[in-house]
Amino acid sequence: MAESAADRIRKTIDSNRIVIYMKGTPSFPMCGFSAATIEVFNELGVPYETVDVLTDPEIRDGIKRFSDWPTIPQVYINGQFIGGCDIVREMHANGELQPLVQGALQ
Amino acid sequence: MTAGEIQKQIEASIGGATVEVRDYTGTGDHFEVRVVASAFEGKTPVQRHQMVYAALGASVDGRTIHALALKTLTPQQAASAR
Repeated sequence: MAESAADRIRKTIDSNRIVIYMKGTPSFPMCGFSAATIEVFNELGVPYETVDVLTDPEIRDGIKRFSDWPTIPQVYINGQFIGGCDIVREMHANGELQPLVQGALQ
Repeated sequence: MTAGEIQKQIEASIGGATVEVRDYTGTGDHFEVRVVASAFEGKTPVQRHQMVYAALGASVDGRTIHALALKTLTPQQAASAR
């Protein structure tokens, strides 16, 4: 039997320290909010994994149920849902994101 | 959906909330929303946003509302931000 969307998501966020579910790719984001989120992590200069939900309808739908969060992008650090674009930008601006990211990468 | 409808829905769902909504493209599907509510005290940013999403229900499906930029503050945070 095929793996469920939730199983696939769990596997992805458990095997990568930082995962961004987004529309498009870091080089070609298909949405301003996804682009802004990528920009934050590029500014921090840390490695991250991305999943393009536009190429995977099952994940696009599944990720919203997984986190009880209706919008994309979604950021996961160390397997934990951190938030969407607004939260990540706010945490970047107030200095909370950097230590969280550094801690995750150690 | 209009900015006024969004404002009403959030105010009805989160008691005592002060809600400002801006339709930043003028097309009724891209909004900037600022919510100030004492109900946010002690809640994480994720929990606060989930409260607003819950207030808007099925509208935040990407079809009715394409984009929603959210700011969620407690009255204390709002006072120090001004």
